Formats: sequence, structure tokens, C-alpha cells
Amino acid sequence: MDAILLQILNGLDKGGAYALIALGLTLIFGTLGVVNFAHGALFMLGAFVAVSVREVLTISTKVKDESVTFFEAFKEVPYLEVWFGDTGRMIIDWSVPISILFAIPIMLAIGLVMERGLIRHFYRRPHSDQILVTFGLAIVIQEIIKAVYGANPIPQPAPEMFSGTANVGALFGLGDNIAYPKWRLVYLGFSIAVIAAVFSFLRFTTFGMVVRAGMADRQTVQLLGINITKRFSIVFGLAAVVAGLAGLMYTPVISPNYHMGMDFLVLSFVVVVVGGMGSLPGAVAAGFLLGTLQSFASMNEVKQIIPGIDQVIIYLVAMIVLLVRPRGLMGRKGVMED
Amino acid sequence: MHIERFTPKSDLMMVLIFSAVILLMPIWLEPFGAAYPDLMQRFAIFGLFAIGFNILFGQTGYLSFGHAAFIGVGSYATVWIFKLYTMNIVPAMIAGVIMSGVFALVVGYICLRRTGIYFSILTLALAQMSYNLAYSVLTPITMGETGLQVEAADPRVWEAPLAAGEVPRTHLFGLEMTDLGGLAGFYICAAFLILGFYVALRITRSPFGSMLRGLKTNQNRMAYTGLNTRPYALAAFVISGMYAGLAGSLMAAMDPLAGAERMQWTASGEVVLMTILGGVGTLVGPVIGAAAIKYFENIFSAIDGAVLTGWLDFLPDFLLDLIVPVLSLFVGKGWHLTLGLVFMLVVIFLPGGIMEGYRRIRDRFSNADAGNK
Repeated sequence: MDAILLQILNGLDKGGAYALIALGLTLIFGTLGVVNFAHGALFMLGAFVAVSVREVLTISTKVKDESVTFFEAFKEVPYLEVWFGDTGRMIIDWSVPISILFAIPIMLAIGLVMERGLIRHFYRRPHSDQILVTFGLAIVIQEIIKAVYGANPIPQPAPEMFSGTANVGALFGLGDNIAYPKWRLVYLGFSIAVIAAVFSFLRFTTFGMVVRAGMADRQTVQLLGINITKRFSIVFGLAAVVAGLAGLMYTPVISPNYHMGMDFLVLSFVVVVVGGMGSLPGAVAAGFLLGTLQSFASMNEVKQIIPGIDQVIIYLVAMIVLLVRPRGLMGRKGVMED
Repeated sequence: MHIERFTPKSDLMMVLIFSAVILLMPIWLEPFGAAYPDLMQRFAIFGLFAIGFNILFGQTGYLSFGHAAFIGVGSYATVWIFKLYTMNIVPAMIAGVIMSGVFALVVGYICLRRTGIYFSILTLALAQMSYNLAYSVLTPITMGETGLQVEAADPRVWEAPLAAGEVPRTHLFGLEMTDLGGLAGFYICAAFLILGFYVALRITRSPFGSMLRGLKTNQNRMAYTGLNTRPYALAAFVISGMYAGLAGSLMAAMDPLAGAERMQWTASGEVVLMTILGGVGTLVGPVIGAAAIKYFENIFSAIDGAVLTGWLDFLPDFLLDLIVPVLSLFVGKGWHLTLGLVFMLVVIFLPGGIMEGYRRIRDRFSNADAGNK
């Protein structure tokens, strides 16, 4: 029972990342009709915003080390700590959550530039062209990041308050022996909050209403004198923000490296297809579902019965879903039917 | 829409010219510094891979993102024959092509139920699955991360056992790949490339080929005429999978080892790049694209900051300090950045690749002539 709870948490956690990326992919596909292979790169860029913010915060100066008395010793101390003492130390400690403030405008800008500069020219080109050009873009972004930050992963610590493990078992009344990393619980909560925010934005604001109307029937909305293209561009920016935040908050879990985007992209596409192309709830549900399935498959008990199942479960499920229910779990009729 | 004019005679000329260009590569590549066997083998092997990919993508219109899996299957099958039976490449390559064909049949049967982006994602998923399996459960067959290698102690049933410490070499009835100054291996690859090119040409010109182009143009309409389109698409998929398997076999024949990294989806992406860069749907384009990418990969990877500084020595120092770091982003380890940029530019401005560029230039000149008259 303990193990099952742990695996569910693990799965939901990873599923949260899948769901956030898949949500953005679906938004872009549903509005602009563009298949964005560079979405993983946006996820990675978000992670590297966190890296950059931390680097800026920890710009250091040399200060005489008082604890060494035999000789003149110096140690690196961040300026923030020199100037603000404990407050400065706390700011550095909280660098990952703080970088959210920077990530939102940066990712929005990147998304808008990408859409206006490149994607816009591909609305009417075949899907294969869209895949190819965004695939090229993904390579370019990835290589630039590699050139700037190097090929090695750069670990990002979570704030001290959230490092270490939480006793989840007690929470559910299952005894004290289920420990789970606190930050991953935070991530789970965060992803649910972002998903809720996106859905309520689309559901309860006028802007969201127009966007939904545009997704359903673009032409009619245009006939009503609404500039739907402009709104769809903003939706692209929004999707970029969602992907970026997903990557940013994931940094304490896996250290950012230049190929993390590609790693997640393949799986997120599978998630989108399983959920149903163009269906937002489908993307979210499939994200959590596949994440959970994957973590159950990586249990030793399961691996003993079917060796290697943890490596292939997602792809296997995707194939079965596509063959049995080609539209995906919640796909709408008429969206990318062929 | 550009319509290609051809006659049996012009086709024959094309094959002859193509063969001549390929066979004379050791001579005319000399000034480019690319006339060494290892690189030329790679030209031929990846050319073959791209020709096969083009039959599926260029002619039939299915964009597969998992073609590297067939390279992997071909390589593994070939190396296993080397290990178990003989170091002669003929049976090994036959096994490689057949195995990849069978694998393509299974994969194609599943993936071809869907078209468009779904097909791309299904192939991607299947290839990624085989890659993961090769690294985990299938390690007894694939040797996981170390890769599959031939050893002196392998039980080669059809051959006399080797003494311990002797390195097993692949051969074609006694002709070793490194004979003739390394050119033996290249000519074997070249022969397969020419053969593959000829077969692709015959397929393109056949009724079967026009069927495939019909599928690409409008699959629904093909179906409305009462035709079952699935077998045609499946045949194209299997043929192109066998081409990839042959390329993988050749890789293993030239250098008898096989590793799972050949199956990674970036490798599948590479063949897409080659085909697009050269020209989708054309016969020669994919070969040109493959050769161009492999050539520039070789050249660009060798350039680093020091070499650049040497070249630009005539510039004043402050300019040098400015330009060299920027340029070195694009060369050496940053070669993929250049590749990605070039690829994007090609997709945006020249979707037909190098071949379309060539045709546009030619048309412009011939139109100018017509205008003068």
C-alpha cells in the first residue's frame, strides 16, 4: 500500500510536467493549427532562466575569511549576502521560485517573437513543413544553450524549506514510513495550479471566450470583426510561458541540461496524441495518466513479471490507444482526423 | 508544378553519369580533401539511407521520424552473422536486409493505420521504444552500452577458428575492406549505392511508383477509385526500411560493430535533414544532401578557434577578438548549430532543397535566353 501511494505521487509528479507541456502543445495546435516541435526547447529555456537568475544572484566578491587565522584566506561571498546579510542569503536560497517573476515576461517575449517571426509564415504550409521547421528551430535553440552554458547539467537547489523529505504517510494515515521529497510535492501543487489558471483563463475571461470561439470556428469570429490572429499569437506566448514555468520549477528535480527539452518533447507528443489532438482536458488527463503508468511500470515487482516494461509502457499505451481509438481519449470529431 | 521530362534514354544517361560520378569520387574529391575511404564510405552509406527514406517520404508522402531503427536492426543482424557464422559480408548483409525488412513489415503494419502527423509520432514512438529496449531488456542481444562487437573467440561455424588475439576482419570472398588502400570498402559501398539508385529509379518510373505518388497527392481520392491503398503504402514502407537496413548492414560491414545510439531519434532526424536539404522527391537530391551534410560535418567539426585565428590573421587584433568567438560558435562542436540554421533556411525559403535551387537558377537562365530571342 505504501509503495502504491509512493508510485502514485511519483507518477503524478512527472505527469504534471508532461501535462504542462502537452497543454501548451495542444493550445498551439488547437488555435494556430501548428505542430510545434520546438516546444521542448521552450521547456528547456524556462529551466535555463532559473539557471541564469541564480547565476546573477550569486555574483560574488572575495572577502577575507575570518575563520582562518594562520594566514590570509579569502572566500567567495555573493554581493547580495555582503549587502543584505541574511535577507540576501534568503533571496539566493529562494532563487528558483524568484525566477518565476523573470521567466513570465521572458518566455512571453520569446513565444511572441517565435510566433510573429517564424510560425506565422507556416500557417498554410503542410504539417510536415511545420514539423520540419520547428524541428530545425529546436536544434538551433538547443545548440545555442549548449554553447552558452556548456554540455554539463547545472544543478539547482530547491529552497531549504522545501529540501529534504516530507512524511506523506502520516498525512494519509498510513504510518510514518513513507517519505517523499518536499519539492516534488510543491511541483505537483504548482502544476495543478497552473493548469487550473489556464483553464479558468480560457473559461472565465472575455479573452478566453474569444479564443475558444476562435478554436471552434475561426472564420465566424473573424467575420464578427475580431482580430483573432492577434489573440492566437498571444495564446502562443501563453503556451510558451506554461512550458517555461514547467521547466523552471522542474530544475531542482533534474539538473538543467541542453537536451532535456528533446527528452520531454517526444513523450509530450505521445501524451498529446493519447489525450486527443486539440483537446485540452485530454492532454492534462493523459499527462497524469501516462506519468502514473510509467511510475508503476518502474516498480520492481512489475519489472520482474514483464522485464523492460518501464522503458516502453508509454509508447505501448500510445500505440494501443491510436490503433483502438484513433481520435485519442478525448479527441473531438473532425480535428486532424486523417 | 514542375513536370520532369524523361525518356528511357535520358534515364540510362542519368544512371551512367551517376555511376561515373560515384566511382570517380576518389579522384575528383581529392582537391576538396575528402578523398579518404572512411568519409567516402559514409557518403555512399548515408546516400543509400536517404534514397530509401525518400521512397517513403518523397514519393509516398509519409514523414517517418523513426527510420534509424531499421539501421540499428540491420547493423545488429549483420554483426550477429559475423559472430556466429562467417566474416564474409554477403550472408551477413542478406541477413541484415531481411531482418530489417521483416521489422519494417511489423512496424509499418502498425504505423500505417494512421497518416499525417499521427504517422510521424507513431514511428517516432516505435523507434524510441526499440532504442530503449536495446539499452535495457535486449542487452543479451545488443550488449547495451558497450555495443555489439566481433571477437576472435566467437564461434564462426563456417570458418576456421582464429587464433586468440587475432582481429577478425570482414571480407568479401577474401577481399578485405581495407585492401586497395582502403578503397575496396568504398567500392563495395559505391556498388550498393549505384544499385540502390537504379532500383529507386525503376520504382519511380514503374506503375507502382505512380501509385505511390498518387497516394502522396490525394490518398482519399485514390481510395474512392476502389483501390486499397494500404498495401501500396506498406510496400513503400518495407522497401524504404530495407534500404535503411542495407545502409546499417554496410556500416557494420565496414566497421564490424553495432551500437544502440545509431537508433536514437536524432539519427532519424538526420536522414530527414539530408533528404530535405538535397531535395524531397527527386532521385539525386537525397544523395547530394547526404554527401553535403557528411562533408560539411567533417570539415566544420575540424575547425576550431585556433584554426580560425590562423585564417583571419590579417585582420587587426580588436576585430579578430570580436569575430573569432562569434564564428567559433558555428564550427567545431557547434556544427549542429550551423546545420540547424541552414536546415531552417532551406525549409523556409527553398522547400525543394538543393535540387530546386539548381532548377530555379537553370530556369532563370533559360528564360532569359528565351526573352532575348
